[in-house]
Order: sequence, then C-alpha cells, then structure tokens
Amino acid sequence: MAVITVERKPLTFLERTYLPQIAGGLKTTFKHLIAPKKTLEYPEQRPAIPVGYRGVPTLVKDPNGREKCVSCQLCEFVCPPKAIRITPGEIPADQADRAHVEKGPQAFDIDMLRCIYCGLCQEVCPEEAIFLQNQFSMSGYTRAEMVNHKDRLYELGGTLPDAHHKWDKKKAAEEHGNAH
Amino acid sequence: MFDFYFEIPLVIRLILQGLAVIMVIFPIAGACSMAERKVAAWIQDRPGPNRATVPWVAWIPFLGKFLQRLGVFHVMADGGKMMFKEDSLPGHVNKFYFVLAPIVAMIPALTTVVAVPFGAYFDAAGKLIPLGLAPLDIGMLAVFAVSSLGVYSAILAGWASNSKYPFLGSVRASAQLISYELSMTLAVLPVFLWVNAPGTEGTMGFARVVEFQSQPGLLGGMWFGFLMPISAFIFLVALFAETNRQPFDTVESESDLVGSFHTEYGAFKWGLFFVAEYSHMIVGSGVFMLLFGGGWNPLPWVSLATAVEFLGTFLSFAHAPLFVGILSIAIFMGKVLAMIFFFMWVRWTLPRFRYDQVMKIGWQKLLPLSIANLLFYAIAIALIQK
Repeated sequence: MAVITVERKPLTFLERTYLPQIAGGLKTTFKHLIAPKKTLEYPEQRPAIPVGYRGVPTLVKDPNGREKCVSCQLCEFVCPPKAIRITPGEIPADQADRAHVEKGPQAFDIDMLRCIYCGLCQEVCPEEAIFLQNQFSMSGYTRAEMVNHKDRLYELGGTLPDAHHKWDKKKAAEEHGNAH
Repeated sequence: MFDFYFEIPLVIRLILQGLAVIMVIFPIAGACSMAERKVAAWIQDRPGPNRATVPWVAWIPFLGKFLQRLGVFHVMADGGKMMFKEDSLPGHVNKFYFVLAPIVAMIPALTTVVAVPFGAYFDAAGKLIPLGLAPLDIGMLAVFAVSSLGVYSAILAGWASNSKYPFLGSVRASAQLISYELSMTLAVLPVFLWVNAPGTEGTMGFARVVEFQSQPGLLGGMWFGFLMPISAFIFLVALFAETNRQPFDTVESESDLVGSFHTEYGAFKWGLFFVAEYSHMIVGSGVFMLLFGGGWNPLPWVSLATAVEFLGTFLSFAHAPLFVGILSIAIFMGKVLAMIFFFMWVRWTLPRFRYDQVMKIGWQKLLPLSIANLLFYAIAIALIQK
C-alpha cells in the first residue's frame, strides 16, 4: 500500500476562535430541540416485536384445549442453565378427551432467574409444546415469584394453531383401524 | 390604594421586599434545574421528565395533562426528595467548614440581587424610577465584589471534604474564577466610561446604564450589545466561566473529578450548591441584560416609555405605575429567562474545554482582547465626548 501523505492544513483564524463551529453546533442542536421526539414512551407504547423473537418460554395447548407436552423431558435435558424441572405424570383415566394422549407433566417449572432465553427447549421439543413467545418483561419481588409453574406457563402460552392434530389421528387410527 | 404599605416601618418593608425577591429567585432556580433536564431531553430527541403529577391537577381536563407533560411536578418531586434524603456527614471531613461551604455558596448568590434593578416605573413627573431592593450607586461594583465571594464556597467545600477530587476541583475553581474575573471587569469598563460622560454625576449603577440605552435616536436607542459587541462577547464568555457552565465546566467535570467540590455532599447541602449556581446564572444574566441587552426596554430603539405610550392608545390603565412596573419586570424576566435558555442550549451543544485550554483562553486570548477593547473604547469615547 502506498502511503498517502495528507496535508494537514493549519487552522484559519476564524477556526481558532471556535466561533463558527460553535454557531454551527448551536444550529444543529436547535434543529433537534424542535424536531419530533424519537423515543418510545414505554409502558404505554410497546415496541413492535419482530417475528422469531425469543421471549419468555411458555407451554401451549392444542386447538382442542389439551396439553401438548407429553413430559418427555428433552427440554429439561437440553436446557443449558438447567432452568427447567419436569415431574412426569400419567393421564388420569377419567379424562375422556385426553384418553389418547400418551403422557402429561405433573409439574413443569421454569426458573426464570436461570433461563437464558436461548430457545433450545423450543427447538428440541418433538411435540411443539414449548414456545418462546413475545413477552419480554418478567419481574417479581421474590425468587419464588420468578419460577413459572405449569398453570402460569399455560396461561402465558395460550393456544397456538396446530397442523398435525397428532392425538386426533391416533384416536381415529385406533377406532377405525390403521389405513396402511 | 397601597398607602397602607408605605405606613409600615421601613425595616419591615425592606425585609418583606427582600423575602419577596428571594421567594421569586429560589423557585426560579429550582425550575431552572427542571428546565435544564427538559432542554437536555429535547435536544437529545427525548420528551424528558413527564410522569409526576398531583391528583387534583390531573383532574383539570387539558391543562393538567399539559403541566404533567411539561414536567412541572418533577420540580416538587426533586425538591421533596432533596429535603427528605438523609443528610449524611462523612466521617473524614472538617465538619465546621463542610457545613459552612453551602451556606457561603448561597449568601453571595442571593446577596447580589440586592444591587440589580429588575424593573422600572414612571412617577407622576414622568421620571423613571428603577425597581430594585437597593438602588445603589455602586451597583456594578457591588455585584462584582459580592459575586466573586462565591469562589470561597468552592474552596471551602473542596478543602473541608478532605479528599482528592474535591480538592483538585476547588483548586481549579479558584484559578478559573480569578482568571476570568479580570476580563469580565475590563469588559464592562467601556460601558461605564460611556455612561459617565463628563459633566454628569458619576455612577456605577445599572439604572443609568439602562437609561442610556433608552434614549431617542439611532445611537441612543441602540443597546450596548450592538454598540460594544466585543465587550458583550467577552462579558458573556467570562460569565459562562464564572458560573462554571459548559464549556467552562472544568470545575465540576464529572468525568475526571467525579463531582469535584460537591463529591462528598448529599441531600440538601448538595442541592444548595446548585441553587447557588442557578442564582448566579440568574443574576449574571440579569447583569448582562442590563448592561448590554437594554434592561427593561422591550426592543432595541423601542424604550419602555415608548411602549407604554403605545399601549396607552388602547389600554386606559397603561400609564398606572403598577402596570408599568409589572410590564417592565415581565420584559426583564423574559430576557433573563431567554439568557438562561441560551446557557442551557450552549451546555448541550459544546463539549468541555480542557483545563489548559481554559487557562489559555482566559489569559492569552480574552485578557489581551479585553485590554485592547478597553483602550479602543477609551480613546473613541474620549474623542466623542470630549
């Protein structure tokens, strides 16, 4: 690379008085003074959440209102900070609408003080039951408050559209015999 | 209708007047700290503090919301916080001088107001009577003498804090204030040379200066800011340095001195330093406006008398002394507040000078300039006034 020597011009008299630069600066700041404000007034105005945003992890239900999670514990094992703790459980026999669901979690706790919002749980879930959705502000006064239990996780997650209807298909296959 | 007031003994009357002026300056100083936050926010494209409100004001449909957005109640919130914070006294300080310093800061800041007239009215004979706490003949001298005492508060605070940064800050403060005081004094001399024409009664008072700026004619109605732009400029720069405002904020430079002389202070004592700084700014702006900005005259070449005469054509009470007094005070306060806005505008525009630059500007640029300026005007005035 050739070295290009840039001639450094000595400051002119006006520049040495600082005054034209000060006037220019005052002009710039005055423009900003009267310009429309660029900030978002947070609690009232919320930012637009981009697609694929990883917020607080939540559990979702299928369109029939059944838990999707089958407590396979893959998310618990993959979770890098070990924030997820699942107690697996059986489906009670008296719930007819869940008869074909294999299993369900008895307890499902996500410790939000540990969670790093990496989204591995969502990625690993074979049942598409856990999603990192749009909620980004999570706060509480105690450590206990910062642990999301199962009911809270479902409350946050709601119901997402489902393309597979796995349990409906399983039920139909059992009732009408396998098509294959 | 105000005869009862003049029957009160003089001492009580003066105390009442003094309290009235302090009751105006103190809240303005508080409001300035708010305005500072607001102007900073606006310049940085933010809306600024706009949340605090008081229920019974919030109920007013439009105005309540407007005042809340303007952040008016944050002044009270700030002040209240300052009052109720723990007033801690560090163990390593010299307690007597530590407590004395903020008081020493406040006294000169509020005392200088005494010599500054802030309005005027015309008596029955049509003579202009300035409104002020003490219509002193030594006005300018009194302001200079008392306001320069303010540096003692910085020195005391820095020394009594018994720690490194406050000490460095106070050393800087004393050096800076002394350097710029010289140019400031030399810059106002041409004004008083011009005002004290041969054959007239000598005075250093402000009222005469303003009277000189309210004469008829092209030259008479010209404010001294136009007549002596270099003087006005030097005075303004020195004023920025004297009040420790940006770009001469080296005294307080939080990036290299933590907080300088008020590092060890908290709560109300800390607040007093800032009320003192703003009071200095208010009085300094007032002095600048009296000397170079036409005082209580609304516009260049439009004196208060002309304005009152014009208003008299459609307002029956325009010539009442009370109305003229309030009008002149309003005009003067408007100018002073505009100056304070300018202070804030500059603060959020310019970065701070390095300390060696401050000294260089003070001693090698402003001082020779002010001496040359004084010589030029001394010769010019001698030739004109003969």
